Amino acid sequence: MVANSVLHVADVHKSFGGLKALSDVDLNVEEGTTHAIIGPNGAGKSTLLNVCVGRIRPDSGHVVFNGEVLDNHTPFEINQLGVSRVFQTPEIFSDLTLLDNVMIPAFASRDGAFSLRPFSKLRHEATIREEAEKTLADVGLEVMKDREAGSLSRGDKRRLELAMCLIQHPKLLLLDEPTAGMSRHDTNRTVDLLKTIKERGMTKVIIEHDMHVVFSLADKISVLAQGRIIASGTPDEIKGNPKVQEAYLGGAH
Amino acid sequence: MKEMLNREPFALAAFSLVILLMPIWLTPFGANYPDLLQKFAIFAIFAMGFNILFGLTGYLSFGHAAFLGVGSYAAVWSFKLFTMNVIPAIFFGVAFAGIFALAIGYVSLRRSGIYFSILTLAFAQMSYNLAYSVLTPITNGETGLQLTLQDPRIIDNAFTTPGAGLPETNLFGIDMSGYPGFYFCAVVLIICFFITRRIFNSPFGLTLRGIKSNQNRMGYTGLNTRPYTLTAFVISGMFAGLAGSLLAVTDPLAGAERMQWTASGEVVLMTILGGVGTLIGPMLGAWLIKYLENIFSSFNEITLEHFFSFLPEGLQSFAVELASLFVGEGWHLTLGVLFMLIVIFLPGGLMEGWRRLLRRFSGGGGGKSEPAAAVQPAE
Ligand SMILES: Nc1ncnc2c1ncn2[C@@H]1O[C@H](COP(=O)(O)OP(=O)(O)O)[C@@H](O)[C@H]1O
Ligand SMILES: [Mg+2]
Repeated sequence: MVANSVLHVADVHKSFGGLKALSDVDLNVEEGTTHAIIGPNGAGKSTLLNVCVGRIRPDSGHVVFNGEVLDNHTPFEINQLGVSRVFQTPEIFSDLTLLDNVMIPAFASRDGAFSLRPFSKLRHEATIREEAEKTLADVGLEVMKDREAGSLSRGDKRRLELAMCLIQHPKLLLLDEPTAGMSRHDTNRTVDLLKTIKERGMTKVIIEHDMHVVFSLADKISVLAQGRIIASGTPDEIKGNPKVQEAYLGGAH
Repeated sequence: MKEMLNREPFALAAFSLVILLMPIWLTPFGANYPDLLQKFAIFAIFAMGFNILFGLTGYLSFGHAAFLGVGSYAAVWSFKLFTMNVIPAIFFGVAFAGIFALAIGYVSLRRSGIYFSILTLAFAQMSYNLAYSVLTPITNGETGLQLTLQDPRIIDNAFTTPGAGLPETNLFGIDMSGYPGFYFCAVVLIICFFITRRIFNSPFGLTLRGIKSNQNRMGYTGLNTRPYTLTAFVISGMFAGLAGSLLAVTDPLAGAERMQWTASGEVVLMTILGGVGTLIGPMLGAWLIKYLENIFSSFNEITLEHFFSFLPEGLQSFAVELASLFVGEGWHLTLGVLFMLIVIFLPGGLMEGWRRLLRRFSGGGGGKSEPAAAVQPAE
């Protein structure tokens, strides 16, 4: 295990019935880096993130975050440790406003997993509201802050979900295809935003199909195919790897 | 910033005015007598509290009448054992209902959706049956729990010699029957409105709405939903207990029928009729149901014959026959029809009707008053 590793996935196996979704997966994500995971559909990429956030328990192996073994942690405990996630299908609060969507995670970060102050007033939470507005502005949604989240386009829902994660200032941000369903213009905006976050030193794991996005963001790339990591390395190493060409890049390009 | 304006004092003043003046503005509706007014206030509290659970978190309980019943029994026991003063009675009503809700909620909230509803229904039916069987020493079974001349009433009897008849409930000497009883319930309702409004406008309330909207997201957002739903459950159970104890304050007896599933169903109807998740909708739903119940259940064959006397003989008896299905004991049929009509044509309840009216008259501008969560069926 590398000294400055934030996320360490050690020898994880996961089967669904007869299907081996993850076999013998090892992954090290170093502090401050952006680690891309690429691979064909059904390779097990989302399953790997599910294991990391406690949605799925691995059959064997461990996930270690910042030195803490996440074997028995619930999703909310893992988030409280500093892991936020953008899902492949946006998970937002559809019938709340955008502002409310972003304020809930902000309260969760500030007040913890449970805070019983039923009579304190939202109206007095100016700091959190301002931060929520600023975060919505970062993802380009500030003009829609009073709209109901369910009425957004798919691409905007993703950006909202990104804002919900960013406001938590996570130590580790997991992004599952954050630009899928976005226009070229919005994709570029999101890439720019993710680059700014990188400058702030946030560690990220990103699953992405768009090679343009992958190569402009990633410091390291791991290639997953049929539940196995078949290659791991810098973008240049991955580009030149014949196994990867065959399993993935060849087919996708 | 518009949010910076504190609307609380205005909302409270307006609400208090409407409630305290009920005896006046309800006169044209023929609903200005104390018995009915007391019911309006009490069931408004019941529905408002129920809505904190159902309206905010989306968890649909089918057993809230159990807490109403517990509140009534506890209050009557307080009258029997300690004093006819209503303050200890409502204290015990709320406290016991809260403890009861904590236990039932703790178990039921392990499930969500329909399984949660079934669990609460099962617990309430269990309580109802226990009240009729093993718990008769506490509930006095089918007769119901009543005041008797032999009651110890230790606090009262320490200071005064008991009179010849059964004593009246009182608030430090003021009799709680008739209008004073209504005003007492009205003040309690105003306090409940204040509490509910605060909950609606707090980060806690926002979190509850998040649970209704997407419980799955809550976990990945770092929030432990169980204590939130349990708190909402206990608060709404305490509101129900408060309503139950007020029923005993205005009429000091308690029977198990108060815990029956039909009573649990009634508060669900009130909430949906008025507008799930809105601040005052459930109260309006409670008023509508209690008002119509009062009218329709008082009709009988004779009033109907009188009503249809303008029709020819054969037609008259047919009309009476048909109409009598919907009145008196059959009033629940009317309620069912009303409920279907509202759910089909105004799925957001009376509050949605109100918003539609506002939109029509303000020319599309749309007046947005209280926070009104979008109406959605429970998860
Ligand atoms: N909860 C689950 N139950 C059963 N099978 C699953 C589950 N989650 C994923 N799978 C299967 O595991 C494989 C990997 O899925 P996934 O991780 O979503 O792939 P991707 O790399 O496209 O994100 C797929 O064959 C998928 O059908
Ligand atoms: Mg996937």
